[in-house]
Amino acid sequence: MTARAPREKRDPLARKKLCHVSPGQRSRAMHAMAARAAMGRFVLQTCTDCGTATYPPRDACPKCWGELVWSDQDNGATVLCKTMIRVSTDLYFRDHLPWRMGKVTLDAGPVALVHLHDALEAGERAEIRLMLDRGGNAALFALRPGERQAMNDPQWREFVVPVQGRTVLVSDARSAIGRAVVEALHRAGAPLVIAGLPGPAPASDVTDALFGLDGVQAVPLDITDSVSIAEAISKIAGPLDIVINTARHVRGGGVSARGNLVEQRRAMEVSALGLMRLAQACTPLLAGRPSGAFVDVLSAHALSGDSQFAGLAAAEAARFSLLQSFRHEMRAAGVRVLSVFTGPTDDQDHQAVPSPKVAPGRLAAEIVDALANGREQTCVGEIAADAMERWLSDPLLYAREKNL
Amino acid sequence: MSSINPTLASLVGEIADGRISVVDLTNTLSTDFPVIVLPSEFGQCEPFRMETVSRYDGDGPAWYWNNISMNEHTGTHFDAPAHWITGRDVVNGTVDAVSPKDFVHPAVVIDISAEAAANEDFIVTRPFLEAWEKANGAILPRHWILLRSNWSRRVGTLSYLNLRDDGAHSPGPDADAMRFLVLERDCVGLGVETVGTDAGQAAHFDEPLPAHSVLHGNGRFGLQCLTNLDQLPTFGAVIVATPLKIKGGSGSPLRVVALIGRPH
Repeated sequence: MTARAPREKRDPLARKKLCHVSPGQRSRAMHAMAARAAMGRFVLQTCTDCGTATYPPRDACPKCWGELVWSDQDNGATVLCKTMIRVSTDLYFRDHLPWRMGKVTLDAGPVALVHLHDALEAGERAEIRLMLDRGGNAALFALRPGERQAMNDPQWREFVVPVQGRTVLVSDARSAIGRAVVEALHRAGAPLVIAGLPGPAPASDVTDALFGLDGVQAVPLDITDSVSIAEAISKIAGPLDIVINTARHVRGGGVSARGNLVEQRRAMEVSALGLMRLAQACTPLLAGRPSGAFVDVLSAHALSGDSQFAGLAAAEAARFSLLQSFRHEMRAAGVRVLSVFTGPTDDQDHQAVPSPKVAPGRLAAEIVDALANGREQTCVGEIAADAMERWLSDPLLYAREKNL
Repeated sequence: MSSINPTLASLVGEIADGRISVVDLTNTLSTDFPVIVLPSEFGQCEPFRMETVSRYDGDGPAWYWNNISMNEHTGTHFDAPAHWITGRDVVNGTVDAVSPKDFVHPAVVIDISAEAAANEDFIVTRPFLEAWEKANGAILPRHWILLRSNWSRRVGTLSYLNLRDDGAHSPGPDADAMRFLVLERDCVGLGVETVGTDAGQAAHFDEPLPAHSVLHGNGRFGLQCLTNLDQLPTFGAVIVATPLKIKGGSGSPLRVVALIGRPH
């Protein structure tokens, strides 16, 4: 188990420090790079004519004016030089000075301006990570080779969502997924995990060992009920940094055949309206935090309809749509909105579904990993990864194939 | 006032001056008030939900109101005969068709609080009722039977629904007790403090869910999630229970009050 950093305490008389966001204006090509960075990929544009890889993103090949396409690339590089920025007029960077930058020669070819880990020196080998900055834009960060994290480097922490020292709310900790998430966050060192427990509540809640862990606090919480959300939040002592929305209502059924309106309305209440209620209640708290984040677990069914789980798929599609809007809203506040897509999970809700299924513990580990890497979009398990790949390449074909 | 019936005038006067007191038997309808839980293969009862439409704000600068939603059997509620399959053919069995005369009936309060405290699965049996009559007097016809279990004191705790991995645990009657009350004592209905007229484990009885089955099959009513029954006398309280007029409805949340007069 990771050591637990204490939760932040603040001088109550000190004026609260505003959290600025890194500058936002980017070219369309740079936004295309950010969309891929959100998936945790390392990509560069390459020319379809001469094969040259290029950086920064452009609209045409700088060498031959050929057409550029995005492709995954080797992320090795050699540091050319480093520098320290000590003065900036930008509000965000002023808060984080001094700031290390450097130039690297990417193994793929181009020379790039990168954010630099403090241990790297000119001439050394580096691994370049394509990250999202506090404003949600793509940025290159050079780490030492083989290094996955650099949580001790405050500059790196600006690109990710640390759980050390942070308070996390898990919206539904009663489900198998929710329980696994609470446990994983606790193990990852979150000093306070608020475990939301929707009703009906069994008598065993009070003796449940998970909710009795030091640093885990159970509260009644049902995201279909605004009153319950308000009361749960009122019970959180101190700041709230991260919200993980694990709630959903999984029931089978089609649209006309075996469609149960009561169940499907509930699915919609939880997935779509529940997300809105939770987001509305938590946003003011997250927005003031230095690395606030909202993680939403959603079904890969969100990408297309599913004839076996039509109500759930529709509810999750609505949730997917709301998340896009919410992410846009939160960008200005520097709150990262992370989507974690999963295929069928290995739980009571998916007994009728054949393997492969995602173990709740694996889903929880991927959520912790997504936070640690600040990754906006994660697909957990083969089903979700395959769904995303097919949906990205041909959404209409995918919807057809999925419902044959 | 000159044309008012003297009985009514006296009733209103005695309520006004406190000689007749009005006891609220209703739990507050809140989003966290527990609803009955069925095995997961069945459809579930929606709890009470409330969304504010406006509260003296941009959506309504001078007025406050909410949209609310719930099941017909959420909170303190009334069960009409059509709620149960045994009552499906009862004439006027839906909540909109209940005769207004049935909104006002006297009540007998049977105190099972000591038994329920000792045994949360306490079952009210016919011998128990017969012994109760010997000690307290006969149950008169056309009365509500109110089971005072003090269960309402558990509201707000996990022990109200009292759900364990073998189901809910709360007191209630068995089938013989229900037949005795309905067929031999001609009760109007059964009112309880628990979330259902039946005991928590009543689905496992030889005759499952006897309160629902016998009451509604004979056109009688149910009242659930009552409170303040400890303020009522054994005999002499008058219950006013007026369910919402939901077209074709099976039941309704409602305000239930009891009128208690000082003995003359």
